[in-house]
Amino acid sequence: MSAATQLVPARLHSGDMARVASVGLRTRRLRAALSALGIAIGVAAIVAVLGLSSSSQAGLLSEIDQLGTNLLIVTNGQTFTGASATLPLTAPAMIGRIDPVTRVADTGDVSTANVFRSPLIPSVDTNALTVDAASLNLLPAVGTSVTQGSYLNAATATAPTVVLGAAAAQRLGIDRVYRGERVWLGGTWFYVIGILKPAVLAPEIDSSALIGYAAAKRYLNYTSDTSGHVTVGPPTTIYVRARNSQVNAVDNVLAQTADPENPSYVDISQPSAALTARADAQGAFNGLFLGLGAVALLVGAVGVANIMIISVLERRSEIGLRRALGATRGQIRAQFLSEAILLALLGGAAGVAIGALATAVYAHTKHWAVVIPTEAWTGGIASAILIGAIAGLLPAIRAARLSPTEALRTG
Amino acid sequence: MSTRPTFPTTTSAPHRAPVTTDGWALADGGRRAVLELSEVTKTYGSEPPVPALRGVSLTVAQSELVAIVGPSGSGKTTLLHIIGTLDRPTSGTVRIDGIDIAELADRQLAALRARSIGFVFQQFFLAEHESVLDNVADGLLYAGVEVRERRELATQALTRVGLMERQRARPTTMSGGQRQRIAIARALVGRPAIVLADEPTGNLDSQTGEGLLNLLLEINAEGATIIVITHDHDLADRLHRQVHMRDGLIVSDTTTAPQLAAVNSEVENLS
Repeated sequence: MSAATQLVPARLHSGDMARVASVGLRTRRLRAALSALGIAIGVAAIVAVLGLSSSSQAGLLSEIDQLGTNLLIVTNGQTFTGASATLPLTAPAMIGRIDPVTRVADTGDVSTANVFRSPLIPSVDTNALTVDAASLNLLPAVGTSVTQGSYLNAATATAPTVVLGAAAAQRLGIDRVYRGERVWLGGTWFYVIGILKPAVLAPEIDSSALIGYAAAKRYLNYTSDTSGHVTVGPPTTIYVRARNSQVNAVDNVLAQTADPENPSYVDISQPSAALTARADAQGAFNGLFLGLGAVALLVGAVGVANIMIISVLERRSEIGLRRALGATRGQIRAQFLSEAILLALLGGAAGVAIGALATAVYAHTKHWAVVIPTEAWTGGIASAILIGAIAGLLPAIRAARLSPTEALRTG
Repeated sequence: MSTRPTFPTTTSAPHRAPVTTDGWALADGGRRAVLELSEVTKTYGSEPPVPALRGVSLTVAQSELVAIVGPSGSGKTTLLHIIGTLDRPTSGTVRIDGIDIAELADRQLAALRARSIGFVFQQFFLAEHESVLDNVADGLLYAGVEVRERRELATQALTRVGLMERQRARPTTMSGGQRQRIAIARALVGRPAIVLADEPTGNLDSQTGEGLLNLLLEINAEGATIIVITHDHDLADRLHRQVHMRDGLIVSDTTTAPQLAAVNSEVENLS
């Protein structure tokens, strides 16, 4: 019959669909808010974990960038017999001649000397501090500066004066520099003329007491013997800054340049690479927190499913009325499914906002750049929608299966 | 085919209305039949089966005002559900507006309800959080009518039931009689072939019920086909045709004076 075939249910317009889907949320606001809260907490946890880890990573990387990724460190390696190798005295000057190298500075480990607060301190209480002879241009090369007093200069480098690294000053109990402040270094009084800020790229400087090469030769007998000539002691660590684009090229020729006779006796490292690796590794324990976030999401999903099932039971008369007004089973199913998705979506959006806010506040206190990875918030929203769809499916099917007469009878 | 009963009639005999040349069934008096039930039965459950309708035949013509009256358990609610296409009969045929519902899928039945049937329930079933206007406009929600047009038609329907000035109010702030008027406006808004009212005055005091009955009479006089299901004989007696039910059967079908006069004059005109 033609009249029968012309009977096609009208589609709901999108505006009507949105209105119908939000009926439950508008009429029972507190309940909707509480069930969305479960989803919000889960999504907030996930966004905050990813955001904080990215922000801290960004913070560390920006610190590394600030310090420069172009620092290469040359140290004396080991000989074939396992003994400590010695770098040639000429190594810093030779390295300085490599074209892309912009700065070269060096220190020589005076392993025979230790530094104490006074001669009364037992000699075994070294506080793990080292004494190093240092070149005058060390600070810009390692990317640090003095926090108090001044660094060595051509004059003080020959005198019994010392500049303490940040950790060394702390362990010796010296927090400021004043005239006459001295430490017992290698059996002689050395006057403290400066304290350094922490050197992030060269942490070994922090626990060092730095003296001039000339002073090391004169007071601590740190010398080299070159063809019968007694000169200042050899460098053990050379700090090399190269142009950013040429760091790898410099790295490749550094060993031969430092010790052309025995390139294999030379160790080369790039401290920023280690720090970058550390930044990358920071995300490793995120899995645990993400797992906790996922559990919170799951609990939220159960909450949404529960609320939707109760909602279907409570709204039987509404379902009956809608069927009487001409809603198809599919339209009833779509209504409850959309309601669950809308509920979860609201929770997800709130969660993203809370997670982003938490990240922003924490990152701000740490002076990190705020980084919310795209996958964190898109993933949060997408998982909320997915959870809403899964949680709402069963209640929606139950609502659609309800026969109109049964629904109206209970009204 | 069927025998044509004479008025007034008391019958439970099955009958099939005559058909016009374009396929429309004709009810008594030669008017188009909007509802035809033929030998309709409905049995619930299987162990033991409970018969709710045991062979009901009924034809309702356009613009009729019919009361289906009977005590509880007489099968009138089941009949309402079947007339309203909310349920299917176990056997027999149901034709709404000329369409045999046995041929329709569930989706098509929904479309038929959206287009051809308006419901008025005893409990009103109004959406408390929506305005009166939107409640009425929702009568066309599933009929594919744009929201602006729905509201326009709803305004007309509200004017008809005398609640135009309350269109922005919430149903919760209104009396039972006003709420039932909203429900009637919602049923009327799409100008359906049949308005089905289930105990429309059941939740109202007698004075409000009287007002509502007058409204139904007026609307019917303007051409709407209204079927009222009730257990209230006083209410039924005020309507033009009373179909009495007992134990799942029609025990009498009486047309009283006002409609009889109108029908008889029409019959005279035709002949």
